[in-house]
Amino acid sequence: MPMTIAVPREIRDGERRVAATPETVGQLLKLGFAVNVETEAGVRASFDDDAYRAAGAQIVSDPRALWADADIVIKVRAPEYHPALGVSETSLLKAGATLISFIWPAQNAALLEQLAERGASVMAMDSVPRISRAQKLDALSSMANMAGYRAVIEAAQHFGRVFTGQITAAGKMPPAKVMVIGAGVAGLAAIGAARGLGAIVRAFDTRPEVEQQVESMGAEFLKLDVEEEGSGAGGYAKQMSAKFIEAEMALFAAQAKEVDIIITTALIPGKPAPKLITAAMVAGMRPGSVIVDMAAEQGGNCELTQPGVVAAVNGVTIIGYTDLPSRMATQSSQLYGTNIRHLLTDLTPQKDGIARIDMNDDVMRGATVVYEGQISWPPPPPKQAAIAVHKPAPAKAAAIAADAKEPARGSRSTSLILLAAAAVGLLALGAVAPPAFVAHLTVFVLAVFVGYQVVWNVTPALHTPLMSVTNAISGIIVIGALLQLGTPNALVTVLGGIALLVATINIAGGFLVTQRMLKMFQRN
Amino acid sequence: MLNGIGNIAYLGASTLFILSLRGLSHPSSARRGNLYGVAGMLIAVVATLLIAQGAGIEVVLAAAVIGAAIGALLARRVEMTQMPQLVAVLHSFVGLAAVLIGVTNYLMPAGELGGAERAIHLIEIYLGVFIGTVTFTGSIVAFLKLQGTVSGKPLVIPGRHLLNLAVLVLCIAIGYRFLAVPAGADGVVALLAMIVLAGALGVHLVMAIGGADMPVVVSMLNSYSGWAAAATGFMLSNDLLITTGALVGSSGAILSYIMCRAMNRSFISVILGGFGAASGTSSADIAGEVVPTTVDEVCAILRDASEVIIVPGYGMAVAQAQTTISDITRKLEGLGVRVRFGIHPVAGRLPGHMNVLLAEAKVPYDIVLEMDEINEDFTNTDVVLVIGANDIVNPGALEDPGSPIAGMPVLEVWKARTVVVSKRSMATGYAGVDNPLFYKDNTRMLFGDAKGSVDALLRQLEAA
Repeated sequence: MPMTIAVPREIRDGERRVAATPETVGQLLKLGFAVNVETEAGVRASFDDDAYRAAGAQIVSDPRALWADADIVIKVRAPEYHPALGVSETSLLKAGATLISFIWPAQNAALLEQLAERGASVMAMDSVPRISRAQKLDALSSMANMAGYRAVIEAAQHFGRVFTGQITAAGKMPPAKVMVIGAGVAGLAAIGAARGLGAIVRAFDTRPEVEQQVESMGAEFLKLDVEEEGSGAGGYAKQMSAKFIEAEMALFAAQAKEVDIIITTALIPGKPAPKLITAAMVAGMRPGSVIVDMAAEQGGNCELTQPGVVAAVNGVTIIGYTDLPSRMATQSSQLYGTNIRHLLTDLTPQKDGIARIDMNDDVMRGATVVYEGQISWPPPPPKQAAIAVHKPAPAKAAAIAADAKEPARGSRSTSLILLAAAAVGLLALGAVAPPAFVAHLTVFVLAVFVGYQVVWNVTPALHTPLMSVTNAISGIIVIGALLQLGTPNALVTVLGGIALLVATINIAGGFLVTQRMLKMFQRN
Repeated sequence: MLNGIGNIAYLGASTLFILSLRGLSHPSSARRGNLYGVAGMLIAVVATLLIAQGAGIEVVLAAAVIGAAIGALLARRVEMTQMPQLVAVLHSFVGLAAVLIGVTNYLMPAGELGGAERAIHLIEIYLGVFIGTVTFTGSIVAFLKLQGTVSGKPLVIPGRHLLNLAVLVLCIAIGYRFLAVPAGADGVVALLAMIVLAGALGVHLVMAIGGADMPVVVSMLNSYSGWAAAATGFMLSNDLLITTGALVGSSGAILSYIMCRAMNRSFISVILGGFGAASGTSSADIAGEVVPTTVDEVCAILRDASEVIIVPGYGMAVAQAQTTISDITRKLEGLGVRVRFGIHPVAGRLPGHMNVLLAEAKVPYDIVLEMDEINEDFTNTDVVLVIGANDIVNPGALEDPGSPIAGMPVLEVWKARTVVVSKRSMATGYAGVDNPLFYKDNTRMLFGDAKGSVDALLRQLEAA
């Protein structure tokens, strides 16, 4: 018996998205499921009931019946109090059914309890692990992408000037300067959108490895002088030290005076959003400037943000909308619906319309916050870093050295002892050795260090010529032979003569072949 | 007074040698650097002749003329693909010279030295001859391996580490005896016994190392030849020899280190040898199928591309395909395609070998990039042409922790839109590891001899 999927109409005020579009409904049917859609579920995202019907869905007008029949309910918002029915959506869920939606388990412990009591299984789209395999399920990324784009559009709406600089007969229009704080998916999308409109964009992030991504979107990456890496687990930023934050705030204060638009996206998982833009910084901004605080729902990155509304302070517009993705309902629904469809595809490998949660699978384990009536949140942390940390070339040696450090730490005392022994041995040698030897040793050690310094500068392309030229100059051993030839001893003369001969071959061959090779190196 | 002048001349020569290496930091200054080296050598030789006051000048002239002639001939005749062999054989000469000078120095009546001074002097001789011998025989074997006379497969004798250790201990024991006996016949016997042992050690050390590790071996022998020269310098109390030896020694050591790092292997594991003998046991099963392609098809995708990266390997050197590749490069550039080269540090059998081959074929050095410079760019590349390379483009090194080459930095060619691999057959590379790259969706295999394939490709490009 194939399972029935229900797509209820979202009840939250202002929520325009829907968890399935006619297109994804078609794909869900192909997986073997039956799909019921509540009347007018998609109408605010411009999908009318007929479109769902055409795709093969049943339209159900009674929400109670819809919920009661469903084995799987897919939603956007977490279940909440249903004003028309006067009960919580949780209580509508059939016992033992599966709910897939945004849940925010860290903030909604009580909801989790209620869902567990229903004996339900709950998969939270916000808890999908952020590893590459799960990217197709990553609804947070797809929503953040929409939000980032919309943030720029909202900013443009409230900004009294154009984004692209132009020089016209009626005068010069300066380009808008935009600063994006936090280069996650939303930040990068905002950079892309602002660049697309022609603005000058700069971006800041505590994680240095995103610099390339920022630059690839065409923005300038702002840097601090303080060295600290902000990459936390799962590709999110972590909280930074006081010194770092101080430098960061100074940078923002300076930028605030200069830029026209600030878009903030800074979030730290499980914590209120960091306050990055102070009232003083807002006061320093030019009148007409716009701040879009994309972290408004988590308390906001700006001190003056009022979540959900647009505020004006000293001529600066502060946009605190918490429903940016919902303001792009058609596209957002399509993306979210596709994320859900991918999840259901993974749950139904046999395409037989029976979804099974595999708790041994890292991705499903991470997303499942309630499993058959048992709260299974938080999951064990995923071990893969979300973004491979990029090391610039010269740092590679250091990285390898760092790798080697672990075992070395254990043997550090051993190497200290060895070092001490070597020092004692050398000192003892100094005590008995003739002064001439000590002088030679000095020359030797210094020359090794000079060689070390010089050779590291040799470009890898010239390593072969380096070998042949060092070969030639090691033919300097010829002077050893020259010094010995003066003796009357015949054997010495013969041996010395041979040494002289081979060393000369070396010198001539080495230098000439080097010259021949180097002549070939030419540039375009 | 002559000695004083000589010493200053030596100082000048040392400085010139340092400047010579310094010059190699960039291709544009490299030729001047080489000339500094020549000047330094001339100064050193003339100063030495002055100090020796022309003793044995006939022998000197005869040996120098013959030696220079042979050297010049070698330098002129050698094919660029044979550079590794030439370098190896030149190393053996330095080793041989160090041995001969050490022995003659022992035979020469050196003034009465007492106690510690005598001991130190004898140790210097002994050490110089030891390093010289290992360099000499090791380089000969390396030469034979590179030439193909001796198989590139590592020779793995059971208990070889113990054997090496035993030989080393024996050499030290003989050395003790060498110090104990008064100079004369007994000492010579001890010295010769050590030479035989050290010679065997040198042969065995290099025999145990696989063909893919030859870049490390050659740079290591380069380093040894430097240390041999430095030891000779101590023996003769000659600062110029010490300085030069130390320069060369550290240069070779750094090259060895760079090569080892490029293979993600410890220096010790390379030196101890045996790598490449194990049958490649990869833990990952390779999924996907091999898609063969034709010259026509490759020609078409190259013409449609705007970014092409060519990754050459030892196979290109063997097939002598570099000139044709250079022609293809020019042809494609004429069609508005941006062509660059990605060079892995251990491609070929000598550090920098590929660069020299491409330079010989007149590929401008500014489009020939190192792995670290180009690895980021594969994502935006339309076509990667892999010619005669295998292990250095093996994604298994990054993706499969069970792979014998796991952790080795590789050129990430598979990130490009299309990868064309020109290869004789599906045989594994030197590391004996299967290559998942060949099974990727975006990989096309162009089977055949590298030279034949690129020749056909060039004809096709010119015809179309």
